[in-house]
Amino acid sequence: MTPELGNFALILALCMALVQASFPMAGAFLGRPTWMALGRTTAWGQFTFISIAFACLVYAFVTSDFSVTYVAQNSNTLLPIIYKVSAVWGGHEGSLLLWVLMLTGWGLAVSLFSRNLPREVLAWVLSVQGMVSIGFILFMLLTSNPFDRLFPIPAEGRDLNPLLQDPGLAIHPPMLYMGYVGFSVAFSFAVAALIGGRLDSAWARWSRPWTTIAWVFLSIGITMGSWWAYNELGWGGWWFWDPVENASFMPWLMGTALMHSLAVSEKRGAFKSWTVLLAISAFSLSLLGAFLVRSGVLTSVHAFAVDPARGIYLLVFLGIAVGGSLALYAWRASSVVGGGNFDLVSRETFLLGNNLVLVGITALVLLGTLYPLIYEAMGWGKISVGFPWFNRMFVAFMPLLVILMGIGAVTKWKHHDRRQLLRRLVSPLVLSAILGLLFALPIHPRASVFVGLGVFIAAWLLLSLIASIRTRWQNKRGFREVLRDLIGQGRSFYGMIVAHLGVAVAIIGVTFVSGYGLETDVRMAPGEHHELGGYSFQFEGITKKLGPNYQADRGQIRVRRAGAEVAVLYPEKRSYFAQGDAMTEAAIDVGVTRDLYVSLGEPLGGGAWSVRLYYKPFVRWIWLGGLLMALGGIVAVTDKRYRIRIGRKTASRAVVANTGLVSQKASVEHL
Amino acid sequence: MTPTRKKRLYLVVMIVVGIGAATVLAMNAFDENLMFFYSPSEVVAGKAPRDHVFRVGGMVSNGSIKRESGSLTVNFDLTDNVDTVTVEYTGILPDLFREGQGTVSKGRLRDDGVFVADEVLAKHDENYMPPEVGEMLKSANIKATTGKSMGDYQQ
Repeated sequence: MTPELGNFALILALCMALVQASFPMAGAFLGRPTWMALGRTTAWGQFTFISIAFACLVYAFVTSDFSVTYVAQNSNTLLPIIYKVSAVWGGHEGSLLLWVLMLTGWGLAVSLFSRNLPREVLAWVLSVQGMVSIGFILFMLLTSNPFDRLFPIPAEGRDLNPLLQDPGLAIHPPMLYMGYVGFSVAFSFAVAALIGGRLDSAWARWSRPWTTIAWVFLSIGITMGSWWAYNELGWGGWWFWDPVENASFMPWLMGTALMHSLAVSEKRGAFKSWTVLLAISAFSLSLLGAFLVRSGVLTSVHAFAVDPARGIYLLVFLGIAVGGSLALYAWRASSVVGGGNFDLVSRETFLLGNNLVLVGITALVLLGTLYPLIYEAMGWGKISVGFPWFNRMFVAFMPLLVILMGIGAVTKWKHHDRRQLLRRLVSPLVLSAILGLLFALPIHPRASVFVGLGVFIAAWLLLSLIASIRTRWQNKRGFREVLRDLIGQGRSFYGMIVAHLGVAVAIIGVTFVSGYGLETDVRMAPGEHHELGGYSFQFEGITKKLGPNYQADRGQIRVRRAGAEVAVLYPEKRSYFAQGDAMTEAAIDVGVTRDLYVSLGEPLGGGAWSVRLYYKPFVRWIWLGGLLMALGGIVAVTDKRYRIRIGRKTASRAVVANTGLVSQKASVEHL
Repeated sequence: MTPTRKKRLYLVVMIVVGIGAATVLAMNAFDENLMFFYSPSEVVAGKAPRDHVFRVGGMVSNGSIKRESGSLTVNFDLTDNVDTVTVEYTGILPDLFREGQGTVSKGRLRDDGVFVADEVLAKHDENYMPPEVGEMLKSANIKATTGKSMGDYQQ
């Protein structure tokens, strides 16, 4: 009965979405307040019905209702309860339902926190949001209904893919989807602005916090995904340039560009049509990612079950969304009035440069991801783009991006004196170059140009951030004023500092683990030991272990450094009962400056095993960096000027009126 | 030229140069990092390059996995039901690697015709078949029954 209830709730949510997509917008054009007000009601309705559907699916999983196909394919009675719940989004249909749940959640949040938006703007935004909802709910009902029944009812389910039985996976996809779907809000704001012709600083201010929050979720999601892959896949990698990873990375890069472009649009009124284009692109790339992942056109470790109907539906949906919004852009963007003027040496220029580099990197990742498809479609043969290509592209463009980041942070808006800027940047430049050379020249025992470059750009970024903090504090009198700035007015500035610090930290992690990491596959008999990175790994044999839904061979490896014991590691080779798959469970000794990572291969007879040993310096810094970036976003979004907006109505009206004036002034300046 | 125009010109020139440089760099790097995919029968027929890394995919023949004692070197046969290539790999095989399973190996062809792999991929889903291998097996089956390949049919 519950699955039918869930199915019915999905249909009702679709009806709500249809109303939301049409009435508020029509109301805005015809000037009917009651029609516009329907937007908020239907946003509530959609969220409520999708929640009911989601609850029904969770219930089916918890009670192991194998009459539902999706449950039978992704669950098992022996599965621990927490994984029964996370199995809800372990496959295509359920993860799509989670996606829609979040989409409607974002829609509801917009309707709740944007009470001060002009009625028409909110109506347009919610209508566009409704159209996106229609696309996804219809997709679910037509091609991937999680409530489809199975007959005859199997006695036992196929079990959740063992790889997905990990706490990291319970959190990783929801975070990622929050990010993907969150960009739909920026998209809706952009499309609404194009429809309504209201593209001003106020618009940028409204969409800014939404974009930042979506970006924060996406950052956390990608970071968690990388960490999960490192923990679970058993071969110590943290990024593979897999199509599905690229599918999450491209919207992130575009979202990063969008956030910075929005900053310029809000503060200076410039780049507005560029910002709109970025908002459309960020969400389009989210949709493209969904298409690539769920249609099976690309080979990936994440592949969902393949069904051509899904691919075709998504391709059409993608075509309508991207084509429609771009057509609208082409039609309306010319009416956008340019913003404030700026000199060649100004923060605007460097942010624009950074934007272009980010878009360029995105384009390259897109090219590398789609190239196998293009190649095959042209009949040139079957190829794959090796990940060295992606690495090389990244190493070629990342330094440019980071150097611009450093300059941008210390440069003033509109105009900055060249000489003064140079003076300010000389000492960070010299210091970081020296630090980089220390690692690149043969004076270092393991000198490497790559590591030198990484150290140089990380140090450059860090030092230029310090320079920009010093400039900000120069005008502050005493500690108390600085403290007030830290807590009060300067949130978005300090958020930027924290996020950029995260970039520096991540660069250090990537550089050292790629440059100085060690790995080896060895054959080890009990009692034998092997040296790696100054550590001695001693294999002490295998014991049997029984888990709730698997049995395992558990190895014991004692690690010593200069005779002193560092850790005892227990890597496992698991065999799950339901599917009979073997699975490697790595054992990791975690450290700030290095991880020691051990995974089991296979038995080689006589008690000997093949064992994989890794020494991974500074690998944690990559994820620490990712989390710092997300934290920076959170700090920035708590900035006072957004809070006023959400807080008191009257105050926010004043803000809206003010920004209207600012934008008028800006356009006058331009004339 | 007015200052605004000059500035715009600078920007446009910068963008064009940037895009040009990026394209050249990307295409150059493609040449070295693109890996072609061949089937065992293509390798046996000598269509695969001798001096370049490529990928070969097929099913692991039953009973063909042989391990050298005392080292991590493994030998196995990859087949498309027409021809067979022997693959040598030193290291740890993926969890789902087993006989009768579709896999893709990356590496070079040695002079004696043995494919020396530095990477062996197997998929995480037991029902999963790499698309290249699946298609290849389909066309190889037609070839096995009629003596013609898909390509011959198209011609």
